[in-house]
Amino acid sequence: MRENNIIQVRNLSASFNGRDILSDVSFDVFEKDITVILGGSGAGKSVLLKHMLGLYEPREGSIHILGHDMAGLEEKDQKQMYLRMGVFYQNGGLLNSLTVGENIALPLEQHTDLNDELISRIVWTKLQLVNLPNAYGLYPSQLSGGMLKRAALARAIVMDPPLLFCDEPGAGLDPISLASLDKLILNLRAQMGISVVIITHEVSSILRIADRIVFIDEGKVIFEGTLNEGLESNVEHVYQFFEKGKL
Amino acid sequence: MELSGNTLFIKDVLVLSNAEFFIRDSMRLLEDFDQERLEINLDELGLIDTGGVAALDLLKEKMGNKGFEVDYTGGKEDIRRKMEIFSLDNPMVFEGSRKISFFEKIGEGFERIVRDYMSSFLVLTANVVYWSISDIFKSKRQRKGEFYNQAVLIGVNAIWIVAGLAFIIGLVMALQSSAQLRNFGANIYIVDLTVIAMMSEMGPLITAIVVAGRSGSAIAAEIATMKVTSELDALKTMALQPVRFVVVPKMHGSVITLPFLTIIADIMGILGGMFIAFVSLDITPQVFVNRMAETLYNRDIFIGIIKSLVFAVIIVLTGSFYGLRVKEGAEGVGKVTTTAVVVSITLVMVADSIMGLLFY
Repeated sequence: MRENNIIQVRNLSASFNGRDILSDVSFDVFEKDITVILGGSGAGKSVLLKHMLGLYEPREGSIHILGHDMAGLEEKDQKQMYLRMGVFYQNGGLLNSLTVGENIALPLEQHTDLNDELISRIVWTKLQLVNLPNAYGLYPSQLSGGMLKRAALARAIVMDPPLLFCDEPGAGLDPISLASLDKLILNLRAQMGISVVIITHEVSSILRIADRIVFIDEGKVIFEGTLNEGLESNVEHVYQFFEKGKL
Repeated sequence: MELSGNTLFIKDVLVLSNAEFFIRDSMRLLEDFDQERLEINLDELGLIDTGGVAALDLLKEKMGNKGFEVDYTGGKEDIRRKMEIFSLDNPMVFEGSRKISFFEKIGEGFERIVRDYMSSFLVLTANVVYWSISDIFKSKRQRKGEFYNQAVLIGVNAIWIVAGLAFIIGLVMALQSSAQLRNFGANIYIVDLTVIAMMSEMGPLITAIVVAGRSGSAIAAEIATMKVTSELDALKTMALQPVRFVVVPKMHGSVITLPFLTIIADIMGILGGMFIAFVSLDITPQVFVNRMAETLYNRDIFIGIIKSLVFAVIIVLTGSFYGLRVKEGAEGVGKVTTTAVVVSITLVMVADSIMGLLFY
């Protein structure tokens, strides 16, 4: 059993309006791994992510991230915790009224004492890392879908977080843009040594980037293991998911 | 950090949280540096991130600008690798922040106004005027009932607010004047003052300001939202001219209804004046009407109506122009709406002044 787990989810249960969404969910995310949480629509993936981000309180169970119990955090500690996590939202979540450069600089301006010159250098560096060197002064509405995702990724990593969460990063992208985004995530992991948790159901993407997978079905973890173990799994839903997804 | 000879030793950790202090402290330490070459030694550096690399690069650049030759030496493999990945390999990117001179700014501003505003406003005006006139004779070009809808939205729905506002303004205007006129024993001139001011000036102006605020903003917001949500593109790909399909019915609606609204404003303003004349100056409505017949010429009525037509064109053109210029998604819709109202009211005032000079 590996010991360098940076996320520990134990016996997590959640329900809304009396309906169980997650029940007894337990799994680990290990340092510098790309862990994909997958499952069909309505399986509870997004609710699980919101619990991991501390946006929802667990009904039962616990979530430890980087050694801290997310449920018991004071507001100040929660803020410190958010500074150590990057979150990449499905639709980018960039503020339309700001340029790409201003969007990426925002966390630095708000949470550090860095002067404008240093901030601008860091922003350029991040834009360079996501292959968007010319997007600094452009507004989100002027970017294509793929560029928007890369700009959002640059903002998610601007504070050099050790942990990056990606919520459906490939949604709405064509296969070529998706492959390029996957490559980018792999590069960032190699360059920055970050651990990545990705919520997705894009089989092609999972096959390219996942080290480990956690399969959720009807609010329960039905499989947890490496990608290869998942591909050889006899669990009915996991087998069907990969077989039909390859078609 | 420690300076020994020409070598600056960077120690422990250089990350986002201490990058700012590092720059400040190192520049202070190197204030009296008098060697030709500065070596930045990274052997004792344990951890670096993007912020740390940016700080080192900034220090290197600042010292380089002072004429020193600066090099990095040593460093663990991990540190050197991060230095390589996070260093900016394209210094050209900073070109954008070069200082622009005052005259350059004026020139660029003028060019932008001519290119972005005047030319496209003229093109839009030409299109709208052309289609508005030609479509009168081709009713099939407009959606059925669209003219009626716009006339109701722009004109009919504004009747109460315009009427109420005009009555209050007529009332206040007469009230303020009555005290002065009474001092000179010129009570009867309250009629001349109220009637001429309302008919040729205040009536059209009040109506235009209300319609600009009410319908001008609605026109800009509607067209901007249509652009943001690609509805205008959809119209184009259905072989429909967006200007013709969206703007022309609004132009017809406002050009037809604004003169009627203005007449309503004139009447209500005069009624307000008549009320004050009766209450404050003992001028009966009978006397007021008789005097009005002597004072009012057809010319004053026509001037008011011509003004209202010009204002209608200005309001629709400005709203449409800014609506079509929207760029930045939902945020942009709010921005162009505000600008459209401010600009259309300003243009109405300017046009009113010009027509005032022309007609008197």
